[in-house]
Formats: sequence, structure tokens, C-alpha cells
Amino acid sequence: MNRTEWPLWEIFIRSQHGLAHKHVGSLHAPDPEMAVKNARDVYTRRNEGVSIWVIRSADITASSPGEKEPLFEPANSKVYRHPTFFPMPDEVKHI
Amino acid sequence: MYAQMVDTGAKRVRSLDELSPEERAFQERIDADIKIEPKDWMPEAYRKTLIRQISQHAHSEIVGMLPEGNWITRAPTLKRKAILMAKVQDEAGHGLYLYCAAETLGVSRDELIADLHSGKAKYSSIFNYPTLTWADIGAIGWLVDGAAIMNQIPLCRCSFGPYSRAMIRVCKEESFHQRQGFDIMIRLCQGTPEQKAMAQDALNRWWWPSLMMFGPPDADSVHSAQSAQWKIKILSNDELRQRFVDQTVPQADFLGITMPDPLLEWNDERGHYDFGPIDWQELFNVVKGNGPCNRERLSARVKAWEDGAWVREAALAYAEKQAAKAAKQAA
Ligand SMILES: [Fe+2]
Ligand SMILES: [Fe+2]
Repeated sequence: MNRTEWPLWEIFIRSQHGLAHKHVGSLHAPDPEMAVKNARDVYTRRNEGVSIWVIRSADITASSPGEKEPLFEPANSKVYRHPTFFPMPDEVKHI
Repeated sequence: MYAQMVDTGAKRVRSLDELSPEERAFQERIDADIKIEPKDWMPEAYRKTLIRQISQHAHSEIVGMLPEGNWITRAPTLKRKAILMAKVQDEAGHGLYLYCAAETLGVSRDELIADLHSGKAKYSSIFNYPTLTWADIGAIGWLVDGAAIMNQIPLCRCSFGPYSRAMIRVCKEESFHQRQGFDIMIRLCQGTPEQKAMAQDALNRWWWPSLMMFGPPDADSVHSAQSAQWKIKILSNDELRQRFVDQTVPQADFLGITMPDPLLEWNDERGHYDFGPIDWQELFNVVKGNGPCNRERLSARVKAWEDGAWVREAALAYAEKQAAKAAKQAA
């Protein structure tokens, strides 16, 4: 049975408004061409996109939930990266 | 609902201090409305319950294509045919979004489908009723998709990320389904007396099964409590059912047809409609496999799967051959 299960692909769609491709879900297909065709039918039935990327799920490397602290904690203390860290005098405009 | 009577494996809901530290941290995340993602730690029972619930939901979308597909070739006009095809195609899409969400929990598509075909996994009881006339297509869109929306909108807020995201996509598409059904009902009810009688007959047959879609009464459901704590069930069966009745009765009034329930009556004090007792024996019977179309539905699915096997194998063989060719050229 498993011999015939088609591989899983992750689908990314770019909408009409010039934004980056966004992950929308996944589907099974035997090869990349069929993955694009299936993605057209499964994820763009209502003009949701103008471009499709497909990537084999097995080829994605992801960070693991356990790495959350070492990866993302360091940014927490760097509040000066946000403009709101620098209060501006009221009389100064356009800044 | 599309997922009825999902077993959680729990006899009762445990309090926070009865949980292991991991389970407690998990429950606290859920209580704080933080989504659980596939790679996060989760209790085995949560994972198993979700696989049951999401796959049951997916199977319902797929099996649900059969009663409506029955009328595609006999739709009264080309426009109605095109609309019905688009609607049924959406249901295929819904099934696929949901299967993918279930697969993030570590189960394969083939296993899910094998469980449907062996009868181990269930699908919604509603799809075991026959579509006898064109009016049934109207009644299904209006009532069955209407009930589905009622259930699915709260699920957009459920605790499991992939399920919640799939529900958001599904909900965006459902209101077209309900409206096209109601549009069919309007046309029939404004038509000849025979057409209106057909609409009434469809309502008579679909009303009670639609109310059963929400599952047994809250009092009889220990699994609901666990699912509510995990936030994979947001509103109770009875709450959803009442909302559905309250919303649907005025729509029937507009059509000029009546629910087949002599006890149905507005209750000023409660601010809700009262309605007559539901024949739960009928629901249990259908869920057990003895509804009017259970055998037909399942055998249609199995046949489609078996007849399509050579296509799946050929496509894979072709892909493997192409990949080998490409590798050879690159070498
Ligand atoms: Fe659906
Ligand atoms: Fe639908």
C-alpha cells in the first residue's frame, strides 16, 4: 500500500498584491509538475494567487520548538531595535 | 457534526494538579490561547483524538460529495450544473485541506483512507441519506452546509494550528454553498405548486437528520468535556443545535414551508425556539452503519480507490523514470 503513496509537497502562493509567496498548505503529487497542477485546483479556485511554488515536504529543514529560547530570546533584550525606544520631542515633526 | 461523537479516551476531565508537569504546561498554553503546532509536545490522547476528529471531518467532506454528485448530470440547467460542480469540487478541496492537517500529526494518507474503507473511521451520519429529488440539493446546501458553517466557524479558533488554519479556508468557501442551496429553495418555492411541494418534501426529510448532525445531547457526552478543555470543541452540541434552529426557522418562514415538527414554537421567555424530541435511536443506528445509504456510500468510495490504483501507480512510475533520467543526464 505504502509503495504507491505519492510524496507530500508544501505549497506556497503569491497573491495578486505583490506580497511574498505564503505557505497555504500541502498536498500529495507524484512529481513537481503534478504538484503545481494540483495546487492550482486545491488552493487557487478563487483567484487566490498569481504564482505557485511547490517544495517537497521532506526537503524542508525547520527549527524545532526546543530551540525557541536560544534562537529567539536574544532579540528580547534589544528593545532599541524598535523606533518606539526613542521618544521624540513633540516639536520635532516628520521623524 | 461533520465530526460526531469523537472518542477522546477520557473517562472524565482531570484538574490541573492531577496532570504531569508536561501536561500542565500544555494545558496552560491552551488556556492562554497559544496554538499547538505539530512539532510541539502534546499528550498522546490529544494527538489521537485530533487524528480521529480531523480525519472524520475530512472523510465527511469526501463522502459528502456522493449524494450531491448524484445530481450533477441531472441538474435542471447548465448554470445549475456548473454551480453544483463548483460546490462539489470545493468539498473535495475541504477534504484535502483536512487530510493534510491530520497528516501533520504523524499519520499517513493511506492509513487514513484505509481506516475509512474498513469502517474503523466514521464520517458524518448526514451523508447516509439519499438525494431523491433536485430539491434535496437545495435542502442540503441550505441545511447541511448551514449546519456545517455553524460548527466550523468556532473551530477556526481551535487549539491546533493546522486544523484552525484549514477551518479558516473552509469557512471562507462555505457561505457560497449555503446560499446556492437557499437559492434553489427560493426558486422552487416561488415555482409551481408541484415545485413547492417538492421543496417541502425535501425539508421534511432533511430537517431531523440535520439536527442530528450536531451529535447527541450534552448530558450524554463525556468526550465533549475533554474536547472542550483541549479547545478542539468550542461550543457544545446543544448550543450549536439551538443556534441552528433559531437561525433556520425564519428562513423557512420566508420560503413559506414548515419544519416537520408540531412542537416547534418560539419561546419568549428563553428567547429561543423550542423544538420536539430528536429520535436518537435513528442517529445511533445510522452511525452504526445501518442508515439508508451507508453501504452504498462506502462501496462507492472503495470502488473509486481501487479503480484509481493503476493511475496512482503509473504516475509514480513515470515520476521515478523521469527522475532517474534527469539524474543520469546530470552525471
Ligand atoms: Fe465542506
Ligand atoms: Fe460545503
